[in-house]
Amino acid sequence: MAQYLLSIQQPDGPPPAPEVLDPIMRELGAFNQRLRDAGAWVFNAGLHAPETATVLRLEGDEVLLTDGPYAEGREHVGGFWVIEAADLDAALDWGRAAARILTLPIEVRPVAG
Amino acid sequence: MTEAVARVFAREYGRAVAVLVRVLGDIDLAEDAVQDAFTAAVRTWPTDGVPPSPAGWIITTARNKAVDRLRRESTRDDRHAAAARLHADSAESQWTEKNEEDEEDAVRDDRLRLIFTCCHPALAPAARVALTLRLLGGLSTPEIAAAFLVSEPTMAQRLVRAKNKIRVARIPYRVPAEAELPARLRSVLAVVYLVFTQGHGAPRADLCAEAIRLGRLLVELMPDEPEALGLLALMLLTDARRAARTTADGRLVVLSEQDRSRWDHAVVAEGHELVRRCLRRGRPGPYQVQAAINAVHTDTPPTDWWQVLALYDQLLAIAPTPVARLNRAVAVAEVHGPGPALALVDELDLPDYPVFHAVRADLLARLGRADEAAGAYARAEELIGNPAERDHLRRARERLRA
Repeated sequence: MAQYLLSIQQPDGPPPAPEVLDPIMRELGAFNQRLRDAGAWVFNAGLHAPETATVLRLEGDEVLLTDGPYAEGREHVGGFWVIEAADLDAALDWGRAAARILTLPIEVRPVAG
Repeated sequence: MTEAVARVFAREYGRAVAVLVRVLGDIDLAEDAVQDAFTAAVRTWPTDGVPPSPAGWIITTARNKAVDRLRRESTRDDRHAAAARLHADSAESQWTEKNEEDEEDAVRDDRLRLIFTCCHPALAPAARVALTLRLLGGLSTPEIAAAFLVSEPTMAQRLVRAKNKIRVARIPYRVPAEAELPARLRSVLAVVYLVFTQGHGAPRADLCAEAIRLGRLLVELMPDEPEALGLLALMLLTDARRAARTTADGRLVVLSEQDRSRWDHAVVAEGHELVRRCLRRGRPGPYQVQAAINAVHTDTPPTDWWQVLALYDQLLAIAPTPVARLNRAVAVAEVHGPGPALALVDELDLPDYPVFHAVRADLLARLGRADEAAGAYARAEELIGNPAERDHLRRARERLRA
């Protein structure tokens, strides 16, 4: 077994209206339950908006602090899972299901070690 | 390499790598082991003679070489484990006359697995082609780089990255389950056809031959897939006309003016037989229909353009690409005349595709609109990469003035 990070590539901006978001969140709950039932769930979390992020960077002896996300761009990681899967095909199957539910791009990346 | 070894290399390299990838679970180790075995063959075959089963000899020797190599290099526990497993494996399953048939079945599965790994959609398309030519075709990195007009370091890096992704992301070494098979097969067929079209356009007969060899392999491995048959038929019917496609001084000859006695008629016959075989399955797909179109073109003249047009209608129903619509317009010109065909061509958005401008130029010329035709030919000449084709277009443009 190997572990994979499934990250949600979310466009910046306000969240969708409740009538759009609510059914998605219900389906996500069911998806997380399926992950647990299959023994594939390791961890998952949603993240607050990128403008709530703070970046720390070592400059000489000092750690400097800046407001906002590290990477510029119009989308940022909005949430993620760490899952167990036998191989990439199995991980892609979970990722595919997540992409259908969220209608957002999902990046699947193997966890090292 | 001696001639005998070179022959075995061309035929058996992919087979040996496929087996060793299964046994070792690592592509780089498998390639090194097979390379070692061929090096040993070059040393020993000239004096000891070619063994009765050269493929078996290569595979057994590669296994033993891999054990040696792993022992020498084993710095990590998992490599120790792999060496132990390999040793047990090769001790119990030496390639003998008795189990050769079972081995043949296993090897067939190994090659099929390796093709699907090389053509996995999680790899970039350019990497799929390079890996397939490298691992199944046994082409060297410089050969693949030359075929795709990229520098050797670029191609080497592309191969390293792809193999690294297969390893760390665990792209499986497996024939896909039935549900995924159609989509995954499309990716495999596209890789083989890309190798062929690259060879056809360059032109590089060796690449075309390699693509046809891979196409035959797919048909052998998946005899029930009509699209695999269709692809092989399409490549054969195109390749059979190669000798007639250019004159001795390298000029391009269009299909209608080709000297048919220079076609390879055995290959044409094989292509026709394959087209009949796949169409009987009643599961048409884009390669089968394109093969059928080429079968009509290689039938006894005059060309049945109504049938060509009907087949393009079928192709558009399955795969409505702009290029297919352009080719259909060529058939429309033969059946209904250049005016209706030009109207169809002008609906297409293919500004960077040289054939689009060449087809337009020809239709405009046939409609007596010589100035516009000259402009379209000039645009096609600017875009086309192949010198013989550019020359052909230039001569067509010059004939407009006559």
